[in-house]
Amino acid sequence: MLKKLVIGAALALTPVAAMAAGGGDQHIEDFAFSFEGPFGTYDQNQLQRGLQIYTEVCAACHGLKFVPIRTLSDEGGPHMPEDQVRAYAAEYFSVYDSVEDEDRPATPVDNFPANTNAGAPDLSLMAKARAGFHGPYGSGMNQLFKGMGGAEYIASLLDGYTGEEKEEAGTTLYENTAFPGGWISMAPPLSDELVEFSDGHANDVRAMSQDVAAFLMWTAEPKMMARQQAGFVGVLILTILSVLLYLTNKRIWAPVKGRKDS
Amino acid sequence: MSGIPHDHYEPKTGGEKWLHSRLPIVGLLYDTIMIPTPKNLNWWWIWGIVLAFCLVLQIITGIVLAMHYTPHVDLAFASVEHIMRDVNGGFMLRYVHMNGASLFFVAVYIHMFRGLFYGSYKAPREITWIVGMLIFLMMMGTGFMGYVLPWGQMSFWGATVITGLFGAIPFIGEALQTWLLGGPAVGNATLNRFFSLHYLLPFVIAALVIVHIWAFHTTGNNNPSGVDVRKGSKEEAKKDTLPFWPYFVIKDVFALVVVLVVFWAIVGFMPNYLGHPDNYIEANALVTPAHIVPEWYFLPFYAILRAFTAEVWVVQFTSFITGGIIDAKFFGVMAMFGAIAVMALVPWLDTSRVRSGTYRPMFKWWFYLLIVDFFALMWLGAMPAEEPYASFSLIASAYWFGYFLVILPLLGVIEKPTAIPATIEEDFDAHYGKASDAKAAE
Repeated sequence: MLKKLVIGAALALTPVAAMAAGGGDQHIEDFAFSFEGPFGTYDQNQLQRGLQIYTEVCAACHGLKFVPIRTLSDEGGPHMPEDQVRAYAAEYFSVYDSVEDEDRPATPVDNFPANTNAGAPDLSLMAKARAGFHGPYGSGMNQLFKGMGGAEYIASLLDGYTGEEKEEAGTTLYENTAFPGGWISMAPPLSDELVEFSDGHANDVRAMSQDVAAFLMWTAEPKMMARQQAGFVGVLILTILSVLLYLTNKRIWAPVKGRKDS
Repeated sequence: MSGIPHDHYEPKTGGEKWLHSRLPIVGLLYDTIMIPTPKNLNWWWIWGIVLAFCLVLQIITGIVLAMHYTPHVDLAFASVEHIMRDVNGGFMLRYVHMNGASLFFVAVYIHMFRGLFYGSYKAPREITWIVGMLIFLMMMGTGFMGYVLPWGQMSFWGATVITGLFGAIPFIGEALQTWLLGGPAVGNATLNRFFSLHYLLPFVIAALVIVHIWAFHTTGNNNPSGVDVRKGSKEEAKKDTLPFWPYFVIKDVFALVVVLVVFWAIVGFMPNYLGHPDNYIEANALVTPAHIVPEWYFLPFYAILRAFTAEVWVVQFTSFITGGIIDAKFFGVMAMFGAIAVMALVPWLDTSRVRSGTYRPMFKWWFYLLIVDFFALMWLGAMPAEEPYASFSLIASAYWFGYFLVILPLLGVIEKPTAIPATIEEDFDAHYGKASDAKAAE
C-alpha cells in the first residue's frame, strides 16, 4: 500500500494513493505518452490504432461495458466519422435485444459489450484503476510529475512478458515484469505484426502495447481534454481575479496600515 | 450580538422602520457583516471563509450529482460512470465534489491547528470550539458516507472496515453494527441509508456553522496576540478593530481565490491524485483489496486506531483488568475517538492563561512537534500494519495523547510567558506600522 504526502507552501495537501501489493518487484516503464501533463492531448491516430488492437485482440476476452460506442466519434477522442462508427458497431459487435429475444448487430447508441468469457476484468476504467508509480518510498509524490501511471502500467504489462511460464494448481502462469507478484494468468496477448494497420504504422509488441494503453486511457477518461481546457480557463480567470483582489485589498488597507515593519 | 461596542443598524425610512419593528432581519445582517473584527488578524484567519465556501460548493455540486446518481448496489457504479461520460459537465461536477471534500478537510485542519496555536479555544470561546468539534465530527461522517456512494472497491471495503469498528463495542456491538448497516453485511440497505444521510448531514453542518459563528460573534474573534479587544467605549474598541466589511471580506475573498487557483489546477489537471485507484473497480464482496486505506483525511486517526494492537502492554493491561471485555480492537476504537475527544476537551486541559502561542516559548516547540506528529500519523496510516510502522504509530499516537493530557496541563504551570502587548492596536502597529506614520510619509 502506498501513500503520498505533499506539503504545499500555502496549502498542505496530504493525499493518499496507493496500489496493490508490494510493488518493489514491479518494473513500470515511464513511457512518454502524448496525453501526459497539463498540456497533453490524445493522439487521435494512436487511439484509432488502439481501438483496432482492442477490437482484434483484447475484445476476445475483455469487455468495455461502460463505454458507449457512439463516443468513438467524440472530439477529444478517436474522433471517427459517425457513419464509420455505425459500420464498426454493426460489423464487430452484437447485443441481445430483449424485445425481439435475439441478438442484433450493435449500433452506436449501445455500449461496447461486457465480456466475462474468460473471467477477464472489464477494461473500461482499467487505466484509472491501476497506478504505475508510487515512489519515492511509497509516498506517491512522483505522481505529481509523472501522472498516476495507469497507462504506463498497462503498456509495461503488455510489453513485460519474459517468455517464462509455469504450472500452478492446473493454471498456466506467465512471468511478467510489470505484474505484482511477477506471474500473471493472462497469456501474452500480443506478438509482433499481429495487427496490420492500414497506414503501415509500426506493429511490434512494444508499439502496440503503447497504442492500446493510450486507447484504454481514453476509455477510462474520455473527457480529459475538455477537463484540462476547463482547468486552464478556470486557473486563468481565478488568477486574474486574485490579482484584482490583491490590489483592492492593498488599497483598502493602505490607510489603516503604516509602513510595513517600521 | 453583545460584546464589542459598535454602531448598530438604525432604520431610517418609514419602510425600514416598519420592517424592523416586525422582523429585525436587516439589523441582524448589518450587525453580522459590520461586526468589529480585531485588525491584527493574520493570514491563518482566512480558512473560515474557505470552509464556508466549501460547504456551499459541496451542497450545490452534491445536489446536482444526486439528480443523476442511483443509490443501488447494481446501478451506483454505472450511474457514476454515466455522470462522468453522458451528463453535460458531469465529469467536472464530480471531480469538483470529489476534490472539494479534500479542500474541505485541508481547510478544517489548518483552521483547527490555527485555533490550537493561538488559543482560540480558551475562555470565553469554549462553546465555539466545542461546536467546531461537532462540525468536524459531522464532516468526517459525511465524508466517509460520501466515499461509499460510488460503490467502488474502496467504498465497499472501507465501509465494511469502519462499520466493523462499532461491532467492536462489547456486548451491544454486533447488534449495533447490524442496525447501522441495515443487515448482516454492507449491502443495498447500507448504500441507501448512507446516501440519505450524506444528503442530510451537510444541512445539519450548515445549522451548526450558524451556531459556531453566533458563538464567536458573541465573544468576538480571537486574534494573533490573544489580547482582548478593549470594550470600554466605541472609541476604544475602534482602535483595536475594523468592521468585517470591507476589510476582512476583501482580504478573505482574495485568499479564497488564491486557494481556488490551486484547487482548480488539481481538479483540471490531476483530479485523481488524492483518490485511490481501487475505487475505479466496482465493489465486489468476494475480492478483498490488498490494502484497505481510508481517504487521506482520515489517515491520522486511522493510524491511532491501528497503533494499539494486542502486543501493546497498555492494551494487555486494560484487557486484563476488565476481564477481556476491552480487547485490542475495542481499545483501538476508543483510542481513535479518544484522540478527537482530547482535542474537544482542550479548553479545560490547557492550564495556561496566555492565549497566543506567540508568547509561550516552550509551548511553541511542543505545538510544532504536534504538527509533525499529525503528518507522521497521516503517513503511517497509509503504511501496512507491520514493523517498523507499528512501533512508529504507537510512538506518534502516544505523543498525540501526551500533548493534550500531559504537556498542556503541565506547561501552564512551569512555563514563563514572554511579554504580551497591552493592546491589539500595539500589536498591529508593531507589525504593520502606525497609520499616522503612513500619512506623515506621504
